[in-house]
Amino acid sequence: MKEHNVKNIFKEGPIASEFIGNAIAKHQSKITIGAHTIFLGQVRADTIDKKNVSAIEYTAYETMANKKFHEVREAAFAKFNLTCMHVYHSLGIVKAGEICLFVFVSATRRKEVFAAIEYVVNEIKAKVPIFGKEVFEDETHQWKKNV
Amino acid sequence: MHLTIKYFGMLTEITQCDEETFAFTQNTVLELLNSLFIKYPLLKDKDFQVALNNELVPIESEISSTEIALLPPFAGG
Repeated sequence: MKEHNVKNIFKEGPIASEFIGNAIAKHQSKITIGAHTIFLGQVRADTIDKKNVSAIEYTAYETMANKKFHEVREAAFAKFNLTCMHVYHSLGIVKAGEICLFVFVSATRRKEVFAAIEYVVNEIKAKVPIFGKEVFEDETHQWKKNV
Repeated sequence: MHLTIKYFGMLTEITQCDEETFAFTQNTVLELLNSLFIKYPLLKDKDFQVALNNELVPIESEISSTEIALLPPFAGG
């Protein structure tokens, strides 16, 4: 199995749909791939105590986060027969309706990518130190916690 | 030993900073936390984990690096 370098998964601000489209287009030259799955995390306008979340401001312990993501990536390649994997997570303000997480997994066949995408997203949520401040329309806030 | 302590998320609202240098003469994470709880009493009520060398460690651990991070619950995705 080939070794991968530690990558920086973070992007400032929301992940644009053009960026996602370009990522798909780049894979047209990889003709052993037969199946992709994509997971997009979108900021939800939750209503908490009658107040609506208007945005989430993300911060991270970046050195540890990139290392932990690298471990998730290596574990996924060991567990599933994947061709490639790309992950991007936002830092800073992401408004409700915008994309904050983009996970893109590719393999020769669909079975592997369905299983791998769920594994990778769950592992990122549990193990990667990213923090989210849910900002309400009245500019008050609370801290998000993954469950 | 001078430690660099990093704070994240809700913890920065208590410490009013995201990083500080702290003179520390004891050994374990627990001993450090007890010193921090004197400086920041509100920290005691918060849910957080501690990382050394980019790994989560139990609070009984000896402090083996000069950077230590206090991490509140994760919220990625």
